[in-house]
Amino acid sequence: MPDTADILRLESLQVHFPIQGGLFDRVLGRPAGAVRAVDGIDLNIGRGEIVALVGESGSGKTTVGRVITKLAQPTGGKLLFEGRDMTAERGSSALRPYRHRVQMIFQDAYQALNPRHTVFDIVAEPLRSLRLVKNNAQLTERVSEALAAAGLNPPDDFFARFPHELSGGQRQRVVIAGALAVRPELIVADEPVSMLDVSIRAQILQVLVDLRAKHSMALLFITHDLPLAWLIADRIAVLYLGKLVEIGTADEITFNPCHPYTVALRNATPQVGANAGRAELPALQGEVPSAARVPKGCRFHPRCPLAFDRCRQEEPPAIEVGPQHLSACWLAK
Amino acid sequence: MIHSSQGGTSLLEVDGLSVDYGLKGVSSRAIDSVSFALRAGEAVGLVGESGSGKTTTAMAIAGLLSPNARVSGGQVRYRGNRLPIDDDAAMRPHRWSETSVVFQGAMNALNPVHRIIKQIAEPCMLKLGMSRGEATARARELLEFVGIPTDRGSAYPHELSGGMRQRVMIAMALACRPSIIIGDEPTTALDVITQAQILKLLGELRSQLNLALILITHDLSVVAESCDRVMIMYAGRIVEDGSVAEIFAQPKHPYTRLLIESIPNPASGKKMIRPIPGDPPNLVNRPLGCAFHPRCPSAMAVCATEVPSLDKLGRGRVACHLHRSSQDKVAVHA
Repeated sequence: MPDTADILRLESLQVHFPIQGGLFDRVLGRPAGAVRAVDGIDLNIGRGEIVALVGESGSGKTTVGRVITKLAQPTGGKLLFEGRDMTAERGSSALRPYRHRVQMIFQDAYQALNPRHTVFDIVAEPLRSLRLVKNNAQLTERVSEALAAAGLNPPDDFFARFPHELSGGQRQRVVIAGALAVRPELIVADEPVSMLDVSIRAQILQVLVDLRAKHSMALLFITHDLPLAWLIADRIAVLYLGKLVEIGTADEITFNPCHPYTVALRNATPQVGANAGRAELPALQGEVPSAARVPKGCRFHPRCPLAFDRCRQEEPPAIEVGPQHLSACWLAK
Repeated sequence: MIHSSQGGTSLLEVDGLSVDYGLKGVSSRAIDSVSFALRAGEAVGLVGESGSGKTTTAMAIAGLLSPNARVSGGQVRYRGNRLPIDDDAAMRPHRWSETSVVFQGAMNALNPVHRIIKQIAEPCMLKLGMSRGEATARARELLEFVGIPTDRGSAYPHELSGGMRQRVMIAMALACRPSIIIGDEPTTALDVITQAQILKLLGELRSQLNLALILITHDLSVVAESCDRVMIMYAGRIVEDGSVAEIFAQPKHPYTRLLIESIPNPASGKKMIRPIPGDPPNLVNRPLGCAFHPRCPSAMAVCATEVPSLDKLGRGRVACHLHRSSQDKVAVHA
């Protein structure tokens, strides 16, 4: 894929949160540590592409989303939007054009909506603050359009309602409508359906897929659910302890995973119907280590059933294992 | 009337159980005429969306209903004896000794200021009359049993990961050697790999101790891997009950079928998003007739007026007019 087609690129992106040592440590001059939430990620998202970022809690997936939406500042690496370096851009006026084009959908619609604002005001807010409309007629038109695109029909019925008057699925649609109102080109969706009932999930996924089809909007879909990622995404990137361990097309990652962590994730995911070739590797023991104490060498080696000496010493680079398919594992060929 | 899907004697029988919640003078029915039987050592999944009544059913069985709940009909029998499920004090000898519960939020269910070993030892002292020394020894044994190194016993809950805390909850639930464990979304807050570890542990304990398990979850795929039987609930009623193998291969109720289809399943190879139209029902203003009819693609005129009863069909049970008519047809032909 040529560079010009990418709407967003992350180059060795790094977010380290410093750990404040106690007074005693500072007097003794002990070095303060850092939580390496995101530790060198390369990722590109094409125009109109849906990329799923899959990882467990603590893998850094939400932090990546927050960096892209400029809600967190990286400590290293670059964030490029249409080839333009946005890493150092700060301040609300400088970021206004960027916020117009990149929006975020949060996980918890109960908390993301102001309980004292009506649905109309919630969806109108980004349009007002980014000064995208000239008059009230235009504002009403854009709010209606966003609510309808998020599947809230007819839109006028929802204008005067408050969040507590809506069901969980409707609330998540209002959150989506708020993000859509500015007609962004990239949406970062952080676990947008994990709080929803199963029967409602598919409705929300349908809205997101339709948006891509109609407006060729790109989507970074953050989730912990591998089958869900397979369903919605073109490509899947698997994150472990702040680093991408594997990236490839959704089918490749699902049916032909290379990295032992991806294989373990797939095996641990409960599935409906028998799945051939499940128990290729023993189930993972233990838990994800703390991002403040990232293991030396390959960060997955303490839990990896296939680890050998080299894994304990050297960190593996991303190795091409197929077209568009990279795996950061010494066993990858 | 009461039958377990595979025969055998029942450990627990729930017969026509209905529970209402009072809210500001308005009463709403959370579960309506729920009947099922559970055999010793059987694992049953109770699946439904929020508001379907799955947690109310389980809490009623354990005698842990909230104060604004009222049992408005039916009964629960344990080994043939009626349980005083609406009398907190009378339920005390039964609770934890016969039926115990593993709750969802282990951080909220554990006492943050006591070491975990003490929390596990406590029910042994209170319920089994053990001395402190005996109870601590038993707690150590339980810790080992659920896969926690015994030297972690002196840890406080906040020092443990989510998976470890859930193991502590399981150890506590096992303390008084119950015959039934109710897991209320025991793995929902956990990561997939930890979830797999906990489900594996529950499966092992079940076979070692011949425990019956009632697993409450919204996730059908969890049930598919860890239960023998599944009951699907919708708007306070059981709509389908059958073996896991049969329900996943041939769901009979349209709701069950749509639920299964809405789970992303790479094994099927079909990348299709199939939403279930509409919103979950409002329990205060429940639809007339079959509660699912406003969302059902196969709804008929009768569905809007008549509540379908949960009738035996094959080796399971289903509450749907579609199947009643086919049964009638079979009867006519015969």
